[in-house]
Amino acid sequence: MIRVEGLSKTFRGGFQALVDVDLEIRRGEIFALLGPNGAGKTTLISVICGLVNPSAGRVTVDGYDNLREYRKARALIGLVPQELTSEAFTTVWDTVSFSRGLFGKPKDPAHIERVLRSLTLWEKRDNRLLQLSGGMKRRVLIAKALAHEPQVLFLDEPTAGVDVALRREMWEVVRQLRDQGVTIILTTHYIEEAEEMADRIGVIRRGEIVLVENKHALMRKLGNKELTLHLHEPLDAVPTALTGHGLALTDEGHALVYSYNAASQEESSSISGLLADLEAVGLRVKDLHTRQSSLEDIFVSLVQERA
Amino acid sequence: MNLQSVKTLYLAEMARSLRTLLQSVISPVISTSLYFVVFGAAIGTRISEVDGVSYGAFIVPGLIMLMLLTQSVSNASFGIFFPRFSGSVYEILSAPMSYVEVVIGYVGAAASKSMLLGLIVLLTARLFVPYSIEHPLMMLVFLVLTAVTFSLLGFIIGIWADGFEKLQLVPLLVITPLTFLGGTFYSIDMLPPFWQTVTLANPVVYLVSGFRWSFYGISDVSPLVSLLMILLFLSVALAVLSWIFKSGYRLKP
Repeated sequence: MIRVEGLSKTFRGGFQALVDVDLEIRRGEIFALLGPNGAGKTTLISVICGLVNPSAGRVTVDGYDNLREYRKARALIGLVPQELTSEAFTTVWDTVSFSRGLFGKPKDPAHIERVLRSLTLWEKRDNRLLQLSGGMKRRVLIAKALAHEPQVLFLDEPTAGVDVALRREMWEVVRQLRDQGVTIILTTHYIEEAEEMADRIGVIRRGEIVLVENKHALMRKLGNKELTLHLHEPLDAVPTALTGHGLALTDEGHALVYSYNAASQEESSSISGLLADLEAVGLRVKDLHTRQSSLEDIFVSLVQERA
Repeated sequence: MNLQSVKTLYLAEMARSLRTLLQSVISPVISTSLYFVVFGAAIGTRISEVDGVSYGAFIVPGLIMLMLLTQSVSNASFGIFFPRFSGSVYEILSAPMSYVEVVIGYVGAAASKSMLLGLIVLLTARLFVPYSIEHPLMMLVFLVLTAVTFSLLGFIIGIWADGFEKLQLVPLLVITPLTFLGGTFYSIDMLPPFWQTVTLANPVVYLVSGFRWSFYGISDVSPLVSLLMILLFLSVALAVLSWIFKSGYRLKP
């Protein structure tokens, strides 16, 4: 659906935001672009949508070059920006209708109504944007992007600064769109969001695409967790009854660390077995906590792998 | 040409003006009335006639020009500055529209509005002084060309400005002084010879003079020169704008 070839962008100050990016987005998938702040996620999206001129390389959308055939390419794209931007004094209905007209589509109140209803904005259609909460405003931006019936939807950090309930709702909306056949590209720096939503995940770091992989494969690779058991009494060695669990003794015998893969059903269910054995041995556990490899760890490990 | 997009942008811009109907229409009418009271009635009675035209009638074209220039610049500059400021310009830039279409939408709306105000001022003036329009067609030509040219200038200012101060700067420091010194309230014949020459460097002189000629057939400079000068300003504005779009200045990094 979208093909990015050899894309580079160097800003006027000399900052290179994108370095020779190659990327292919498949029709109908949800693609998550994962990366820390400042990695180039927004720049990449902006170049594809025509907001930023590339320094080198090219982008095609459904086969249309986004510079030479920009009308056709852009007509296919809906963009939901990261910042909540809006003309404060217009109503929800007017601003969404405006977006449709701006993209050259004739008026279609029935479609606008469908979009507003699907985003639970219908009740608010006559409200001015400044009366809406942040979450509602974000939905309005999504409605605007959907007003012209795009085939590709870009969501730039759709859930940044959004509370948990609303985040779940957003995810639901995105899934519905995918079911309608819309290709979705979202950027995020929350790994759980990528995990929850995406079919494929691309990791971007310092303007370079570090890897692109099927979500399940990536999660298996990166989903290592550690369970740390803090003990009341220090141990000299792992008790023999527990050796089968592959535990490591740390913190001068005060803690037992159990590594497992959260993505694997089998391994995570073995935790209950471990706990039962602890009980049987009579070890008193003061505290326990689990730790998942964070996005930061993932980047570190990715970069080390490449080096 | 993507007519649907242009129409949408144009109508949305016009609707924005309508939302602020009060300050858009009432304030120019009031300020024009004040000019007539002060310059026409109070001072004008002591100045009998200028080139055979009563002073009150003489200032009508100048006042319309004053309104046209300030309104064109402020409408157009605000029209593009505000979406840049609020960030909603992303939508315009990512729409399947050419730059020419974007400009037609914004500048067309700004020029329409200022022409409308110009005509309102023209009607308001009728309440105070009788006047005649000798060349109505040329009057409209001058009206349209000036409104478009200065709306383009306003659009450029709206792109250039990176804060509200700059947005006010040019109208306040450049447009207003030039209009006041451009023969709005006097014929440049009234100036000492040296200042007459200096005044010819003021572009507004040509606008006011040509416009006044279309009313009364009198002018400081030949109407043809006026027309050529407006066309020159128009081309300069278009050239600057095309450079802006080519380079992506302030719009597309």
